[in-house]
Amino acid sequence: MSKKMHIKLNVNGKDEEFLAEPRELLIHTLRERLNITGPHIGCETSHCGACTVSINGKSVKSCTMFAAQANGAQITTIEGIGGTDNLHPLQEAFKEHHGLQCGFCTSGMITRATKLLEEIPNPTEEEIRFGMAGNICRCTGYQNIVKSIQAAAAEMNAAKEAAE
Amino acid sequence: MIPAEFEYYRPKDMAGVLSLLEEHGDDARVMAGGHSLIPMMKLRMADVPHLIDLQDVGGLSNIEINSDSIHIGALVTQSDIVEHAGLADVAPILREAALQIADPQVRYMGTIGGNVANGDPGNDMPGLMQCLDAVFTVAGADGERQIPARDFYEAAYMTAREDDEVLTSVTIAHPQGGYAYEKQKRKIGDYATAAAAVQITKEGGTCVSASIAMTNLSDTPVYSEAAGAALVGTSLNDAALSAAIAAMWGDIDPTEDNRGPIAFKNHVAGVILRRALERAWSRA
Ligand SMILES: Cc1cc2nc3c(=O)[nH]c(=O)nc-3n(C[C@H](O)[C@H](O)[C@H](O)COP(=O)(O)OP(=O)(O)OC[C@H]3O[C@@H](n4cnc5c(N)ncnc54)[C@H](O)[C@@H]3O)c2cc1C
Ligand code: FES
Ligand code: FES
Repeated sequence: MSKKMHIKLNVNGKDEEFLAEPRELLIHTLRERLNITGPHIGCETSHCGACTVSINGKSVKSCTMFAAQANGAQITTIEGIGGTDNLHPLQEAFKEHHGLQCGFCTSGMITRATKLLEEIPNPTEEEIRFGMAGNICRCTGYQNIVKSIQAAAAEMNAAKEAAE
Repeated sequence: MIPAEFEYYRPKDMAGVLSLLEEHGDDARVMAGGHSLIPMMKLRMADVPHLIDLQDVGGLSNIEINSDSIHIGALVTQSDIVEHAGLADVAPILREAALQIADPQVRYMGTIGGNVANGDPGNDMPGLMQCLDAVFTVAGADGERQIPARDFYEAAYMTAREDDEVLTSVTIAHPQGGYAYEKQKRKIGDYATAAAAVQITKEGGTCVSASIAMTNLSDTPVYSEAAGAALVGTSLNDAALSAAIAAMWGDIDPTEDNRGPIAFKNHVAGVILRRALERAWSRA
């Protein structure tokens, strides 16, 4: 067996340290080692986006990165975006606008959408469809996902204006 | 989907990378974004006992725009190319092509160095680099050498880079005239069924120069000198477009696969090249 590595990650603001084989994929670290099960495994072949997390501010498919590569990184998963008592505007909007059906793709969708709205705070439908192209949904037909993201953007922009 | 075991290294400089490559020979490989290599390792189609992660190697992430050339470090990502403030002014074809590669998540990770060094005929940057007559710089134990993109590709996954060399940067002259990167794919995020990179210059309605390269229509990218030559001196009328397409057909060699039979690929290549030429001409 190859030598285990000492790996340090900061996940959702919490420092984690462990020993792992270099071949351990980040999605397996999150789900199996750290019990952070929000990021899902849809395809495990870099296509579906269900495993999307933010790493140092970039949306990344965590099935296509070794934990060793992420050593030292800041990681945000859906758990760090909001929870039952403090839903993020995107989570609220997906609930209100039926942006999910089975919900399997949702954690990846919302994690990716947080980054999209940082880059483009007020996206058009076309920009949403292009910016969300790495996330596949088998249920919704995408229409309500687009609506949810637009609604969340409006909500977040209004809140920002009110605060200014 | 777990790769075979390997040792992982993250050297801080190129000297560290080169000494690992020297020590482990064929058993070692560098990794940039990992978005071609990791999928292959997961499928166990690539066996990499010693994996050298380039992410901490300094000096490979810059985009430098000089008065006559553009210098792009190997670790510059597709998303860096899309976002860079000045690059699209001097070489808009780079951004147009980068936006047609994969999806946002992949573009944050995938690098220009990995894309051109990989040697997969499906990659979009190699054809683009042949169209732009780019030069690749590779570093090895004996120092650096330059390899033109048009001489770099030998067969699928076989390039002029030696196993113990690392690609450090890509240099291109400022492209002139009109441009287009046109790509046919089955869905967003897919590799090309056919793609064409075109740069074209005109003077008073007549074509002065045309550079044309095609993607995923052979086991290497295809720079079609004959297709470009068929356009020079013409006004890109229908006869000239048809002649260029016929010349391009003479240079490509598509095979049948899940993107379609040979006749279909030839057909799509013709449609895509015609669109690319019309768009590039309208921008020239
Ligand atoms: C879902 C999906 C869709 C994709 N769609 C497209 C697409 O439409 N078009 C497209 O072009 N690509 C596509 N790709 C591939 C993607 O662009 C890759 O990121 C890119 O091909 C390789 O870049 P990388 O930095 O990830 O390289 P890596 O995966 O790290 O490396 C690829 C190969 O190049 C070698 N290498 C890397 N860097 C260097 C270097 N500096 N010097 C020498 N050798 C090096 C590695 O050893 C390896 O053999 C897709 C990938 C995925 C997962
Ligand atoms: S599980 Fe990672 S992209 Fe599908
Ligand atoms: S809601 Fe079921 S896959 Fe998207």
